Amino acid sequence: MSATSTPGAVATAPSQRPGTPEPDRPAGRRTRPSKKRILVYALLALGLLIMSAPFLWMVLSAFKTPGELTASPPVWIPTEWTLDNFRDLLDKLDLPLYFMNSVIVAVLVTMSNLVFCSMLGYALAKLNFVGRNKIFVLVLGALMVPGNLMLLPLFVLMSRMRLIDSYAGLVLPFAAGAFGVFLMRQFMQSIPDELLEAARMDGAGEWYIFWRIVMPLVKPALATLSIFTLLGSWNNFVWPLIATNDPDKYTLPVALATFATDPNKAGGSNGMLMAGSFLIVLPVLVVFIALQRHFTQGIATAGMK
Amino acid sequence: MAVPILATLAMSFTDFGLRNVTRPFDANFIGFENYVKLFNDDKFLTSLFNTAYFVVVGVPLTVFLGLVVAVLLNNGIDRARTFFRVGFYAPVVTTIVAVAVVWRFVLDPSDGLVAALFSEVGLTAPDFLGSETLAMPSMIAMAVWRNLGTVMVLFIAGLQAIPTEVREAARLDGAGLWQEFRRITVPLLRPTLLYAAVITTIGYLNVFEEPFVMTQGGPSDSTLTVSLNMYREGFNFFHMGYASAMAYVLFVVIMGITVLQLRLLKDNTK
Repeated sequence: MSATSTPGAVATAPSQRPGTPEPDRPAGRRTRPSKKRILVYALLALGLLIMSAPFLWMVLSAFKTPGELTASPPVWIPTEWTLDNFRDLLDKLDLPLYFMNSVIVAVLVTMSNLVFCSMLGYALAKLNFVGRNKIFVLVLGALMVPGNLMLLPLFVLMSRMRLIDSYAGLVLPFAAGAFGVFLMRQFMQSIPDELLEAARMDGAGEWYIFWRIVMPLVKPALATLSIFTLLGSWNNFVWPLIATNDPDKYTLPVALATFATDPNKAGGSNGMLMAGSFLIVLPVLVVFIALQRHFTQGIATAGMK
Repeated sequence: MAVPILATLAMSFTDFGLRNVTRPFDANFIGFENYVKLFNDDKFLTSLFNTAYFVVVGVPLTVFLGLVVAVLLNNGIDRARTFFRVGFYAPVVTTIVAVAVVWRFVLDPSDGLVAALFSEVGLTAPDFLGSETLAMPSMIAMAVWRNLGTVMVLFIAGLQAIPTEVREAARLDGAGLWQEFRRITVPLLRPTLLYAAVITTIGYLNVFEEPFVMTQGGPSDSTLTVSLNMYREGFNFFHMGYASAMAYVLFVVIMGITVLQLRLLKDNTK
């Protein structure tokens, strides 16, 4: 949660980060009996099977017919793949609307984080002004404050501003996260001061330096920040749950949770719920697998949950 | 950052209710009444106990399994590491709400995955989420499943920071796998271990979505957590002053743990 506890500084070049299997392993490895190696592979494969079982069950169930969903003995692989669960779900829930809401909120939150966290990070890393360190301590402190603590006053504030049931109400509280400021500041510190001095000598203003020199240099950090912010917003539940009463403003998780926990059991079958979960989880998994290096690097470098 | 902390603190000393949402400054100052009430409120004490249960069982399990997977991945194999790492990490990125809905169905006593597995060996699955004794362990299982990847990634980074010379020296001196793990890996990973334990603890202290979706706190409040209780008091019943006091108790616990960690880390680097 703070600089001292972060394993590995953020400023380390991402290319040194874990992941790629090193081609030449230390010499000692070869002497180890390969039986052990096989055992380790078997253990890991078993672990992976357990880890992926809920996902597999979700996918298989989403395409099962009602009969096969409740069949006894259980049907593992659907004999007849059907899209009925998806169709029924779309009849009950305006998924395209919730999808749009989630996308709009996530994109706005991400864009504003990219701009504001970079600006704050730049000021904290490279500009000298009174109280700079105090502000940085505040940022570190904010990283430690659990989000739940803010919900009540935030709700009152947003109600007073008449922002409940509005995109602004969903975006503003997350517009500049402490994590982003911290990440950008750490990254920007590794930019040599001489470079900025040289630009200043040549008559460049701070605005020019920030957009034309600093920002292009911190692209990897911006990528990490975008991914985490997009994901955080997409998965966010508690605040959208509180800040929306009007179903037209629900984000996907709020819509799904409300549907799944409907006390009148007007909610759908398990097949429909699996179809809904599938549609929410799928984009995240696709993005994750495509950009997986950035994720694990971001976690390892910034220690963010 | 200071503003919401102080605002919540201020609210916790008042009888802030629904009417005060439009007129915040009309709330009456009632001193420590909310706090006194909290510690006589069986529901709150239950939620405190449940949250502690979730943390005390869930955190060691998550950290231990995360460490085991990290060590196996980092030191035990040389191929397909990325594949396994991605697989073990995938649950972390998924939406908790969706995953909780999936788990609820996985644990469904008649049509779920676990029920299907039980019936394959001729047994009847218990109603995991409908049982007062099994609901919380089920929720812990799901939390471990979802958060193990975070811990694993932290440990992999920590493991890769251990110089290979250290391992080789140990091996030359005849250290076995277990000795290497016990005498080299664990001591050198201590800072990572502490860090992983603390972020997991903080995350688990705030546990909300899982009980919200899977059990709504039931059966008979056996999975009611502090956060869920606070949400209900604050946003269903609009006892916002009272809910603020709950949020504050949780906050103090979290701060205490964070400070403790910083102190332990300082000792460690000496």
